[in-house]
Amino acid sequence: MTGWASFVAMVAAGLALLFGLPMVFDLFGLLQMTVFVAMAVLALSQGFIWGYGGVMSFGQTAFFGLGGYTYAVAVLNMGDSTVPVLLSVLVPTLFAALLGYFMFYGRISDAYIGVITLTVTVILFNVVNSTAGDFYTIGNAALGGFNGMPSVPPLNVPGDPSSPLDPEQTWYAAMGALILVYVLLRMILASRFGRVVVAIRENETRAQLLGYDTRLYKLVVFAIGGGIAGLGGCLYTNWGSFISPTVFGLAASAQVLIYVLVGGLGTLLGPILGAFGIQYLISLIGTQEAVNANLVLGAILVVFVLLVPQGVVPVVRGLFRRVPNGRRGRVAEAAVVEP
Amino acid sequence: MTAPLLEAQGVTMRFGGVTAVNSVNFALREMELRCLIGPNGAGKSTFFKMLTGQLRPSAGRILLRGRDITGAEPYRIARLGVGIKTQVPNVFDGLSVQENVFVAAARRGSASQARRITAATLERLRLTAIAGRLVGQLAHGQRQWVEVATVLAQEPELVLLDEPAAGMTHEEVLRTAELIREINQTHALIVVEHDMQFIRMIARTVTVFNQGSILVEDDVERVLANAAVRDVYLGKQAA
Ligand SMILES: Nc1ncnc2c1ncn2[C@@H]1O[C@H](COP(=O)(O)OP(=O)(O)OP(=O)(O)O)[C@@H](O)[C@H]1O
Ligand SMILES: [Mg+2]
Repeated sequence: MTGWASFVAMVAAGLALLFGLPMVFDLFGLLQMTVFVAMAVLALSQGFIWGYGGVMSFGQTAFFGLGGYTYAVAVLNMGDSTVPVLLSVLVPTLFAALLGYFMFYGRISDAYIGVITLTVTVILFNVVNSTAGDFYTIGNAALGGFNGMPSVPPLNVPGDPSSPLDPEQTWYAAMGALILVYVLLRMILASRFGRVVVAIRENETRAQLLGYDTRLYKLVVFAIGGGIAGLGGCLYTNWGSFISPTVFGLAASAQVLIYVLVGGLGTLLGPILGAFGIQYLISLIGTQEAVNANLVLGAILVVFVLLVPQGVVPVVRGLFRRVPNGRRGRVAEAAVVEP
Repeated sequence: MTAPLLEAQGVTMRFGGVTAVNSVNFALREMELRCLIGPNGAGKSTFFKMLTGQLRPSAGRILLRGRDITGAEPYRIARLGVGIKTQVPNVFDGLSVQENVFVAAARRGSASQARRITAATLERLRLTAIAGRLVGQLAHGQRQWVEVATVLAQEPELVLLDEPAAGMTHEEVLRTAELIREINQTHALIVVEHDMQFIRMIARTVTVFNQGSILVEDDVERVLANAAVRDVYLGKQAA
């Protein structure tokens, strides 16, 4: 498919799910899909900065958690959710920009970027985890330490706090946000900026020798990824009216990487499908006692890394593409440059 | 006398105890074509890396049209009009030939201008027929040309080519020589090569590097007849 055709098809599929799922699912099912969507937004942020920007952040949950906490604190103080939603994107964006500035302008090597981002999320976990007690309140909002923040007010009709969204409306908001993020990322990737970002992933030295300040490009990519993860965190907090420091945990960080690897690095659809598939699997495992979910996740990761290293989406695309005389081996790599 | 396009004054590069380039003084006129030769490890690539900001000299100054660019960021030097084809090809392997050239052309100007430059550059380097291929799939010679295409598409004033004919077939070498003369009608160039036949095809003035220093710098025929040059190349493909 050409770029436009695949874009239109993807958005159409998204809209079909947006309006179709409330007819198919009962309330419980729809709630579950809503949290899957929040995780899919997080997965998109990871897939964008890693798969397209080549930035190995192992701590996207730092921005996810920061977005969730920002929303909770702001909405508890303001009442109306409109500005808190914007802040839940803005604060992680700025935080990512600041962190990115030190990493990219400080010439930190790629491997250390993984270590630093992971460390940041661990630090946030420890900081937020130790904020139990009345001392740690911001305005009306008690951070609650390891107990987290319960009773976070839900989204409301913009500008009207007396009209909170019901679960079905929350679904529309969450899925609508996922579609918007997808469209935004496709537009970025199709732009001159996005094409340079992918070129930098391919060969940073060449991009510099052509006159591109690659540090700035990576910083912007990282900041955009931070903002998207923050939006995911906001949707997540909304879904359960609750947020706790576990969002910063290592298990959460690892899960996001698994979504992206299983779905397909270097695609946008892959991380979304990976998030839905793995979340669904976890929810299945959760209803019985026989096997441990983390064990299954670990096994899935090992199987994929060994047998399907490109992830599901590139492999399926390779099968559907007409391939002249046995060049199939390279097709998966060709898919790396497409959304 | 007009000021040189490029000038190196006492440029030195030390790696720990190794002095790869030692107090080199070098000047290139506008529109000049200079060949740089010398045995393996003479410091030619290291010199190029300092000219393009990939390495910061341990000592000395580098001037581009009188402007001090010593140790500037590679992207700044590129913007001032220096383009380089590196010895080990630096291309975007996962992207198509066309996309490689477009990214180079798109740094400045409008999108339509970038598309125009891309199409013209692909045509000039005879890459139009393979514009859609992934660069990682191409043969070595073709990948080198893609890299040269990206360098030209960025419209530099000074073109540095580090071993452009290495690993090419005889026809490709001839075409590369022709191309270099063509580029030289509008650009200044410095070309590093080991292939003496190739040097004879293109060179006027030749600078010989040996152990980090300039051994001689003279007209091509005199350099190739020089006994000291023959000595440092002894055991190699002497002229
Ligand atoms: N990053 C580095 N660290 C340490 N030593 C280096 C480094 N880069 C180059 N050298 C050394 O500097 C010397 C000059 O190397 P350079 O690559 O500039 O030679 P060259 O003239 O380009 O050789 P060739 O014709 O083989 O390409 C060599 O002794 C090399 O081992
Ligand atoms: Mg060399």
